[in-house]
Amino acid sequence: MIRFENVTKVYDRGARPALDRVTLDVERGEFVFLVGASGSGKSTFLRLVLREERASAGKVFVAGKELGTLSSWKVPGLRRQIGTVFQDFRLLPNKTVFENVAFALQVIGKPRHHILTTVPDVLEVVGLAGKEKRKPGELSGGEQQRVAIARAFVNRPPILLCDEPTGNLDPTTSLGIMRLLDRINRTGTTVVMATHDDEIVDQMRKRVVELSGGELVRDQSRGVYGSDR
Amino acid sequence: MRLQFILSEIGIGLRRNLSMTISVVLVTFVSLTFVGAAGLLQMQISKMKDQWYDRVEVSVFLCPATSSEPTCASGEVTEDQLAEVRSALEGPEAGPYVDEVFYESQEEAYASFQDQFDDQFWASVVTVDDMNASLRIKLTDPSRYDVVADVVAGRQGVETVENQRRLFDQVFLVLNRATLLAGGLAAVMLLAAVLLITTTIRLSALSRRRETGIMRLVGASTFFIQLPFMLEGAIAATVGAGLAVAGLWFGVENVVQEWLGGTVTWIPFVGADEVWSIAPLLVGVAILLAAISSIVTLSRYTKV
Repeated sequence: MIRFENVTKVYDRGARPALDRVTLDVERGEFVFLVGASGSGKSTFLRLVLREERASAGKVFVAGKELGTLSSWKVPGLRRQIGTVFQDFRLLPNKTVFENVAFALQVIGKPRHHILTTVPDVLEVVGLAGKEKRKPGELSGGEQQRVAIARAFVNRPPILLCDEPTGNLDPTTSLGIMRLLDRINRTGTTVVMATHDDEIVDQMRKRVVELSGGELVRDQSRGVYGSDR
Repeated sequence: MRLQFILSEIGIGLRRNLSMTISVVLVTFVSLTFVGAAGLLQMQISKMKDQWYDRVEVSVFLCPATSSEPTCASGEVTEDQLAEVRSALEGPEAGPYVDEVFYESQEEAYASFQDQFDDQFWASVVTVDDMNASLRIKLTDPSRYDVVADVVAGRQGVETVENQRRLFDQVFLVLNRATLLAGGLAAVMLLAAVLLITTTIRLSALSRRRETGIMRLVGASTFFIQLPFMLEGAIAATVGAGLAVAGLWFGVENVVQEWLGGTVTWIPFVGADEVWSIAPLLVGVAILLAAISSIVTLSRYTKV
């Protein structure tokens, strides 16, 4: 589903590369934790998958497409196959929960009847049924993240990227979010989650990919957060 | 859904930057009014040319009893001198361009003068002897008036030769200068309009960074993301153009037709028809302005 072949990303000419010859293969339906200290290249990895950046060297394949040769007018099509969740939720404060999720469908031109049936479904999946009319400001952090996940997942993308989705949440709430992500993963969605949360990584026992200084230093199935444990 | 969604996005954008929107409307209004004024001045000129150039006459004023011109040294024009002028007009040089020649006697000139300036107090001071007898020459080709004028000028018994076209040319010169002035002001204002629309689109894009960021992430097309901003600029500019058309129409109806047309009846003035004929041009310029501004701004601020 996602394949990196010797990918190097250098932001400024002469600077240390943010990603250094990374080779990685993520299969369809996998759940992968991306761990490493700040500045280790996790965000760069996600940005390359989203084609927000282009690789300086090497090849990136996402959903069967080589992103280096993908023309820019096809980028929106690529992004429709990737849901994205962030640490800071990125919800629209003036819109209700329903409208926030519907927004993702409206802007890609889905018809009204499709939106009216799909959005309640996905809100049910993330456990927000009955809160459609609330504004993000009236929700707890965990609930806001569920809205964000609903928005990322409403179009049923084959890939879900999560950039520290539990970074702003307390442990109990985080656990709820992880259960939700796990459930989404079981529907066949490939999930790649960058995180600092060692407890969660240790509990979930999924594949762990560790980056350090831009290099891939560990790729372990059913792994834990720290390599020394 | 799409259309409705885009319309609501535009509404939000216009309201969020209301003061900027209003300033865009006003600047395009003023600049397009100048553009329109320049256009109307040119139309006025061509209208006057159409009406007058065909009727241009060369007036050969014959010597009255008292005149300081050297060609009038022998006093009032004699029958012989008049016959000589007439035959020169029929000669090979001027002949082909002369259509008809009318003789206007002093008495006739006096009568038409009194007719024209009937209500002016100074008209009563003028006597028959103050008037010139003249030959009024109608031309076959009004643009060749100079040939005819040259043939008769300087002959004995001819005081002056006046071609009306020279008078008109001065009027046209003034109107052309006014067109240049209006055009120059329009150019400056149009530049200001482009800069202002650019700034407005940029502000609008910045204030909606969150929305556009999400739109990019969920895979909205670039066109779909940029369309509301483009339309915002286009709508504001078009409203400005509409105001400019309304302003020009008001000016033409009230100032030109009512006031000028009421006092100066011998000039054909531009009217509402001319305003309507330049209206599409003004709207076109407005949309062009908005399009230029959008292209300059959006590629930078709503990049995929």
